[in-house]
Amino acid sequence: MPTNGVPTRITQGSGTRGGIGESTLRPDGTLKVTGEFAYSSDMWHEDMLWGQILRSTVAHAEIVSIDTSEALALPGVYAVMTYDDLPTEVRNYGLEIQDTPVLAHGKVRHHGEPVAIVAADHPETARRATARIRVDYRELPVVTDEASATAPGAVLVHENRDDPHSRHVPHPNIVHRQPIVRGDVEAARRRADVVVEGEYTFGMQDQAFLGPESGLAVPEEDGGVHLYIATQWLHSDLRQIAPVLGLPEDRVRMTLAGVGGAFGGREDLSMQIHACLLALRTGKPVKIVYNRFESFFGHVHRHPARLFYEHGATADGRLTHVRCRIVLDGGAYASASPAVVGNASSLGVGPYRVDDVDIEAIALYTNNPPCGAMRGFGAVQACFAYEAQMDRLAARLGMDPVELRQLNAMEQGTLLPTGQPVDSPAPVAELLRRVKAMPMPPERQWESSEGADLRQLPGGLSNTTHGEGVVRGVGYAVGIKNVGFSEGFDDYSTARVRLEVAGGEPVAGVHTAMAEVGQGGVTVHAQIARTELGVGQVTIHPANTEVGSAGSTSASRQTYVTGGAVRNACELVRERVLDLGRRKFGSYHPAWATAELLLEGGKVVTDGGEVLADLVDVLGGEAVEIEEEWRHRPTEPFDLRTGQGNGHVQYSFAAHRAVVEVDTELGLVKVIELACAQDVGKALNPLSVIGQIQGGTTQGLGVAVMEEIVVDPRTAKVRNPSFTDYLIPTILDTPTIPVDMLELADDHAPYGLRGVGEAPTLSSTPAVLAAIRDATGLELNRTPVRPEHLTGTV
Amino acid sequence: MDFLRPASWEEALAAKAEHPAAVPIAGGTDVMVEINFDHRRPEHLMDLNRIGDLEEWEVGEDSVRLGASVPYAKIMEHLRAELPGLALASHTVASPQIRNRGGVGGNLGTASPAGDAHPALLAAGAEIEAESVRGTRRIPVDAFYTGVKRNALAPDELIRAVHIKKADGPQQYSKAGTRNAMVIAVCAFGLALHPETRTVRTGIGSAAPTPIRAQAAEEFLNAALEEGGFWDSGKIVTPSVAKRFADLCAAACNPIDDVRGTAGYRRHAVGVMARRTLTWTWESYRGAHRLTEGAA
Amino acid sequence: MRLDLTVNGRPQEADDVWEGESLLYVLRERLGLPGSKNACEQGECGSCTVRLDGVPVCSCLVAAGQAQGREVVTVEGLADFAARRSRGGTGDACGTSPDEARGWQPHGAGPGTGEGSGLAPVQQAFIDAGAVQCGFCTPGLLVAADEMLERNPDPSDADIREALSGNLCRCTGYEKIMDAVRLTAARRSEEV
Repeated sequence: MPTNGVPTRITQGSGTRGGIGESTLRPDGTLKVTGEFAYSSDMWHEDMLWGQILRSTVAHAEIVSIDTSEALALPGVYAVMTYDDLPTEVRNYGLEIQDTPVLAHGKVRHHGEPVAIVAADHPETARRATARIRVDYRELPVVTDEASATAPGAVLVHENRDDPHSRHVPHPNIVHRQPIVRGDVEAARRRADVVVEGEYTFGMQDQAFLGPESGLAVPEEDGGVHLYIATQWLHSDLRQIAPVLGLPEDRVRMTLAGVGGAFGGREDLSMQIHACLLALRTGKPVKIVYNRFESFFGHVHRHPARLFYEHGATADGRLTHVRCRIVLDGGAYASASPAVVGNASSLGVGPYRVDDVDIEAIALYTNNPPCGAMRGFGAVQACFAYEAQMDRLAARLGMDPVELRQLNAMEQGTLLPTGQPVDSPAPVAELLRRVKAMPMPPERQWESSEGADLRQLPGGLSNTTHGEGVVRGVGYAVGIKNVGFSEGFDDYSTARVRLEVAGGEPVAGVHTAMAEVGQGGVTVHAQIARTELGVGQVTIHPANTEVGSAGSTSASRQTYVTGGAVRNACELVRERVLDLGRRKFGSYHPAWATAELLLEGGKVVTDGGEVLADLVDVLGGEAVEIEEEWRHRPTEPFDLRTGQGNGHVQYSFAAHRAVVEVDTELGLVKVIELACAQDVGKALNPLSVIGQIQGGTTQGLGVAVMEEIVVDPRTAKVRNPSFTDYLIPTILDTPTIPVDMLELADDHAPYGLRGVGEAPTLSSTPAVLAAIRDATGLELNRTPVRPEHLTGTV
Repeated sequence: MDFLRPASWEEALAAKAEHPAAVPIAGGTDVMVEINFDHRRPEHLMDLNRIGDLEEWEVGEDSVRLGASVPYAKIMEHLRAELPGLALASHTVASPQIRNRGGVGGNLGTASPAGDAHPALLAAGAEIEAESVRGTRRIPVDAFYTGVKRNALAPDELIRAVHIKKADGPQQYSKAGTRNAMVIAVCAFGLALHPETRTVRTGIGSAAPTPIRAQAAEEFLNAALEEGGFWDSGKIVTPSVAKRFADLCAAACNPIDDVRGTAGYRRHAVGVMARRTLTWTWESYRGAHRLTEGAA
Repeated sequence: MRLDLTVNGRPQEADDVWEGESLLYVLRERLGLPGSKNACEQGECGSCTVRLDGVPVCSCLVAAGQAQGREVVTVEGLADFAARRSRGGTGDACGTSPDEARGWQPHGAGPGTGEGSGLAPVQQAFIDAGAVQCGFCTPGLLVAADEMLERNPDPSDADIREALSGNLCRCTGYEKIMDAVRLTAARRSEEV
């Protein structure tokens, strides 16, 4: 045992275990497998009430009257609230544009908009009360697409707009428009030997997280409220909630309850304000849990899109130019539409080198369900279209589609259409090479000695084919996704790190407001603290608003930004601990003053590996704690006319190869394998990174072959708000997903890491579509592709 | 809402007589969804799980008497030989968890055109044993479905069992859906060969307001097989006969466009499934036929 | 109405149960057992899977009154249930108390074996294989996977997929879930 301050060499390799780069296991794993982990819907409080929301049954209407008297008269009902009962003049909220009413005011703009809220002693009482509220609607015409929304005399979804985007949009039913123009497309077009055009449609996808929106609001003695909530960003919620309640932010306390998945769908508020209003009104804790039906109305979806593309190339396959127009349907409220437009436009040509571009992206206001953030955020829709275009171009040129992509692949230094150079590795060609080099799955795997194994065939257990009509197809795709919030957003995070001795050993505590939604941020924070502070024991504090904002768990940003904040705070703690050591023990050994000092294995060591002191002795009874904000490099907005600007922080690249088997007669698809190659910069936790890639890939598969919220174009009403009719992939729909992980460091990012969560969702969909095209020879310009599209029975 | 828990079949009949609007619940697959989503608030729910008799089956000389609540999982496991079409249909029902609780009685009671059991029952030939305090009657399955989610039961009647003809030849069942598991039928097709009577029976699900048989297709095929001597020769059914049969099955459909699929797809898919199931069953019949010939 | 049933080996009772409540609601809101998850309430996701008299069912589709006098095993009782099974159906409860669970600390990189962890082998394997992300589907998957392995200790990949086809997961893409079930089976075969 070393004595204080006297150097001893520690054995090689006995550094801190469980640091970055290891596949350490989730700290919440045991709670999650035993059923003890408390999700927001599991919150329970003595004497609590149940909240229920009355939602509009029509998409667009004036509210003539609301009569709540019968509801209030029902025994067990504690409160019924409408717009008129809101406590302050702040009655709207919104991520960027405050256009969303807490409760409908005079008008509803989409099917399922909240109109009134009820608190009662049992969910059934609340339901019965809600059913007794009489709302008299006078229906208005609906606008549901670009043509109807911008037609002369079109009804305006929002009259009297005064948000910043309203000044530059060509029509009040357009939320935001971003053109990007670089080079000379007309001149470039004249150099093109081939030009391909295409029109594409991307259906409305739902996040379909399994844990429905829910939370518990508990009134507090000081007149404030404590909200236990599943969200992606506590502080963003807080900023929107407090003004509506008329409370200062310090009297709205927020604690993250367990989150049952998010994928963008919890970036906007859902039941947060409603629960708080009812709790404050009744003086009792109020719990609200959406059922699945309500969940389909309770959060924004992925923007459906129409995309118009023109690609030109020389005969040898070099892209001359890209022209595109991307029309995103934002639905009735803005949510994240402006930022989605920024992504769709700036990443609209994909990971390719093109000097001459003319891009336009818009998001519409319509009476369709509001759309906003979902994994891939604007880049997904564009990737589906530009990758279809690349295949079409390859076919026209008689080239191999992978070679065409590799020939035009972006590299480090390539300029984006925005003029921003990609200043970190961009191994696009290499990812394609890797994914193509993976061994192919064997043919006709369904054949067994006992006949056809239905589980390996299109149609699965439904016994639709024993091999008849089944054709294999292979397709490739690659995509680019930005990491972090772009366009000049102050995208920071905050971490509080504490180091102290407990139970005779040094223990680090990490406290952030990061929303753990399943991605494994809590695992990674503990790993970072172990690496930076050389301790074994790390306590991850529950996320709440007692610490500064961590920003959103979205945009693939948390490991980068909150991970960066944790590392930064750890470094500051380490410096302070070393100062403490120098003061206590500096006189014992000159290395304290001269050497580079590290914390490893619970000790202060020199970079030469000499142990100077035990952390336990350095710290003694003192705790060192630091809370600090951390920022990545600043970005700038895109120019509103030219789209030029250094808008992005970092990029993430993934490529997929899809192998499918299609029952060409019945139009049923079985995806056999979805191989992925992705550059992750540095895998802080390889097990979690692969889990992200496989999960993202599967969501891309879902929107390729089954997932779509269907909205009636005449009424703007949702036709399939259930898990019976909104289908997500089961384990029998999901193939093996081999992953080839490349680690090329981004020197601008902590540890060289890249955000990984979204990129695999981009290229998965076009790869599956390409494979289905390969199997069927059909054009397939929309996703999801349904059996009708494959059998000519639309 | 009242929750009735009859301990015996007689008690259940008495309760149903007293409260004809009482909703029987066994596997809960349909009823609980309607309650969970506030689509239905019956005054009385009547639990049939206490009546053990409903979960039993008897294999008789010509038919199987299948208790209304025998779970699909049990049909798959134990009645594959006697009721091959229904066993295949059972395997396509929802998920393993649902198959552990749901039974044919629920499919019949709900009488949704999308119920997975119907095409298999229609093809095999079956009678529904309905009972009330007034007595017992057997309703032929062909007469059971009277409209969209309507059936021939009187308000005071309960389904006790289904009598299904034991297979005397190969049977098949196919269901088209947009997912490879846990999917409601976009459309479904059942086919049974009855070599003893030299007839073929069909069943179509989700392609008309009720489950139906493709009668014209059956008549065509019966005639074609008879005239061509196929039953005796065990020849391959000629492609033109199979195609005509498939076309007639498709023509028997009267489907709608809905969120699960288009009418055009349903008609098309029923045709494809009719042709394929005919091929499978006939191949199987030929195999058995050749074996018999070889033995003779 | 009043309800008596046995949950995880313990007799339980609930009063004033509304007749339209599901077994899932009773477990979660009346008996303090929120481990079974409510994700769709229509039998389409499997998150609420429990064993009812030994049979895996969606507890959202069981009317509370139908569970009268029945035996239910939920994820909270799975470790105990598995331990009793491995001892041949006898022995005392040995589940994980909440306090123990909260005191759990992440281990190092190496996978554990489930020995002495107080978890059922399938629970330990889900942690070790990275099969848990948000974890909302996990309780239902564990109950379903445990029952499948009870019937079929050496399942093929297709067997696993078929047995778990009633359990939706939105986070993992199912690959790590496959790994976890394979791992459970492999560990068991090593023990034998």
